[in-house]
Amino acid sequence: MISELTRGERRLALAVLTAVATFGLALAIAGRGDILAVHGGLIMASAVILMFFVIAGFYAPEPGEERLAQYYDTPTKAGVVLAMIWGVIGMGVGDWVAWLLVYPDMTFDAAWASFGRLRPVHTSGVIFGFGGNALIATSFHVLQRTSRARLPDQFSPWFVLVGYNLFCLIAASGYLLGITQSKEYAEPEWYADLWLVVVWVVYFSIYLRTLMRRQEPHIYVANWYYMAFILVVAILHIVNNLAVPISFGSAKSYSAFSGVQDAMTQWWYGHNAVAFFLTAGFLGMMYYYLPKRAGRPVFSYRMSILGFWGITFMYMWAGSHHLHYTALPQWVQTLGMTFSIMLIVPSWMAAANALLTLNGAWHKVRDDATLRFMMLAAVFYGLSTFEGSFMSIRAVNSLSHYTDWTVGHVHAGALGWVALITFGSIYAVVPWVWKRPAMYSNKLVEVHFWLSLAGTLVYVFAMWNSGIIQGLMWRTYNEGGTLAYSFIDSLVAMRPYYIARAIGGLLFVIGAVVGLYNVWMTIREASAERADAPDAPVVPALARSLQAGE
Amino acid sequence: MSVGEHDPYTGQRMTGHEWNGIKELNTPVPKAVWFFLSVTALFAFVYWVLMPAWPLGVTYTKGLLGIDQREIVRESVAEAARQRSWAQRIAQDDYATIQADAGLMQKVRESGRALFGDNCAVCHGTAGKGGPGYPNLTAGAWLWGGTPEAIAETIRVGINSGHPEGRIAQMLAFGRDQMLDRAAVLNVVTYVQSLSDPTLASGPEKEAIVAGKEVYDANCASCHGPEGKGSTDVGAPDLTDGFWIYGGDRQSIFNTVYGGRQGHMPAWETRLSELDRKILTLYVLDLGGGK
Ligand code: HEC
Ligand code: HEC
Ligand code: HEM
Repeated sequence: MISELTRGERRLALAVLTAVATFGLALAIAGRGDILAVHGGLIMASAVILMFFVIAGFYAPEPGEERLAQYYDTPTKAGVVLAMIWGVIGMGVGDWVAWLLVYPDMTFDAAWASFGRLRPVHTSGVIFGFGGNALIATSFHVLQRTSRARLPDQFSPWFVLVGYNLFCLIAASGYLLGITQSKEYAEPEWYADLWLVVVWVVYFSIYLRTLMRRQEPHIYVANWYYMAFILVVAILHIVNNLAVPISFGSAKSYSAFSGVQDAMTQWWYGHNAVAFFLTAGFLGMMYYYLPKRAGRPVFSYRMSILGFWGITFMYMWAGSHHLHYTALPQWVQTLGMTFSIMLIVPSWMAAANALLTLNGAWHKVRDDATLRFMMLAAVFYGLSTFEGSFMSIRAVNSLSHYTDWTVGHVHAGALGWVALITFGSIYAVVPWVWKRPAMYSNKLVEVHFWLSLAGTLVYVFAMWNSGIIQGLMWRTYNEGGTLAYSFIDSLVAMRPYYIARAIGGLLFVIGAVVGLYNVWMTIREASAERADAPDAPVVPALARSLQAGE
Repeated sequence: MSVGEHDPYTGQRMTGHEWNGIKELNTPVPKAVWFFLSVTALFAFVYWVLMPAWPLGVTYTKGLLGIDQREIVRESVAEAARQRSWAQRIAQDDYATIQADAGLMQKVRESGRALFGDNCAVCHGTAGKGGPGYPNLTAGAWLWGGTPEAIAETIRVGINSGHPEGRIAQMLAFGRDQMLDRAAVLNVVTYVQSLSDPTLASGPEKEAIVAGKEVYDANCASCHGPEGKGSTDVGAPDLTDGFWIYGGDRQSIFNTVYGGRQGHMPAWETRLSELDRKILTLYVLDLGGGK
């Protein structure tokens, strides 16, 4: 990996790592006596370890000009492996907390093992660790192919990938230590947030710099989605995390917002994180890997454009459906609800465009589990967006809000859509970038597919049942005009569904472990016989066009 | 990839774009899409006209229906209160009258169950049977007395709760605070055991019991009474009845006498209305301990 950097880039890497290490040291010193010191130390240690790698490879021969004739896929490879590892960890912790809800005493009397600390490890682990790494990895892959241009340099993609994973590490370890700013999906504290801004700006610049050098007349719709993802997440992240630390030596900060403004900012963020992290980015993935794998043209160019602008425009208004019947003024709720209802149309346009693209390739869907992953993802995408629009109707939300129905909806989206499209794309991209004819074992892909499907269905049905029972129990009055059930009654009623959910989750985790194993074995095969496959776009300096190739 | 190219499978024209092998059909947007876009947009528009919807500087469009969610909440709260007309009588009547009225007691059981479940069950158990550290409310073995007034007072001010009028229950740490040496503690523990298990008196522990009784009379009788029947003035439990808060095995009793106990029962005066507390008092008595 260091040998792929030019001498200048190696110097740059050392300079950046020195700066990061100094930043970590400064945090550790300023935060001595505070828990911040732990993170300062972690940042410094990470940077110093990486410096050793750079120094060890510093005098290795430089990469030749011929590298420019090939797409730069090593960051993609690393990102895919990281995504799978984070996936197994994040989903594993998810199933752990699922069992914790069945056996609440399972915390060994340790603070770190309490539900409140483990839950964000799960959510950040899967959303940012698994989803984020998969998005970064595939975006680099797709960007180069559809622009017929190489990434602008070797250093910046590594900066993004490594920097992003450092952020994930700070986040996850912080939760276990009890560091959180208590904003859902935005729990990391100010110093981690600042660091992510730096990483994200570099990420966006990679996109712009590559697109500027593209050799295709048009920008493919997948790149529109990826760019919307990067750009909007940057805006959301910065605004929602505006905060003042109580001192530079403390991990704790206070939000710039308070009261209902804080709630609205948080859910404007939260909902658009769903829209632009968990939807737009993965639609980018879908728009590339699905037609590519199916070998079919995209069903409708017009629908992909209309769908893109519909989704980006309408999602922005929808966040207030998370705050129905709260202190939020009713007119804001009205806007959130009505835009959420209109949002179903562009959402289904994207899902339909994917499924109709498969016309003429359904026999492949039958035979190829990888393509079936992506097909099913599109189905679940349609399902969860329909459900979301339905739940945003105020009257429906008065039943579903605060219940497991929301959790069921989330996981129809997160497992059925986000994870399945990711697994499908990873099974497609791994043989391509490692230059293998296929995955190590197609049987295992098949096994993974059925485990995922079974796990998702068990999970979602359990939570639908549990959520609706809960919602009904909470609103049932007896004739005398008082509540018929106590909260504890509803907990007792939920227990069997919690057991079912934890089992469904376990199936899903086992699937992810099978996937990680399969990816790993494919890589081992690839390094065993380093075949030089013909993925060799011509040197741009010599020939005008980078040739296609996976 | 010329502009006129058609897809052989669908017969649809291509756009002519190609990205690494991915092409696009020029399929027009299906009519259904326009239809549903119009329907949902129309719905949104009508909803905006009828309901509070768009901001106008410092105010907002109120909607033709004049609906306001806060107004609706106020109304449904008032409606629920009307449904609870029986509550009026619970608030006014005295305990004996209510307890004699089967219809009212039915309401107490219905509404008390959820109240107890939401506020008390975490400690006392859903059936009120208690658990280690939390007294059984169904046994009739009352610490502070089993009259409705005594129970209502316990619920209002709590025990060791920090409430200014709160009840205070102090079981001293005789061992840890070195008021009694270890032998004395062991003896008095044996004696306490013998109060609910008379067979011990004729067993090998005979001497310990005699010695223990001396310790008891000197140190414990002031609160637990000369015969160990407890005292509702200081909340000292009856030690003869076989009902234990902290456990009646030797080790538990030893721990109690050695380290002391201060159970914490929250005060509910500021958290539950007078009516709710009255319902709970009746409900608790109805659990079985009221006889
Ligand atoms: C935080 C735990 C906790 C909760 C919640 C709680 N209690 Fe208690 N309660 C206790 C403890 C502990 C005692 C015994 C105190 C002692 O041992 O001195 C007690 C004692 C009592 C007593 C006195 C029993 C006696 O023998 O005199 C009554 C009555 C009672 N609780 C009723 C209630 C009701 C009604 C509620 C709900 C509104 C409630 N408790 C909620 C912990 C709790
Ligand atoms: C100052 C009054 C006082 C004195 C003196 C006192 N106790 Fe207690 N004792 C209490 C109170 C009050 C409780 C209930 C504590 C609670 O639950 O919060 C109690 C609880 C107990 C219990 C636990 C009962 C159960 O149900 O688990 C035992 C056993 C006991 N005392 C034994 C003794 C012995 C033995 C002595 C003498 C060495 C003694 N006490 C002296 C007030 C006293
Ligand atoms: C048209 C698209 C969608 C709409 C209108 C929508 C709407 C909603 C609604 C109404 C809620 C419940 C809010 C509450 O009552 O608290 C919700 C929650 C949630 N949705 Fe969606 N949803 C959509 C798509 C998705 C997708 C594709 C995902 C992908 C994973 C997703 C993930 C989530 C998450 C994570 C939550 C939980 C938020 C929380 O923590 O409370 N949603 N959504």
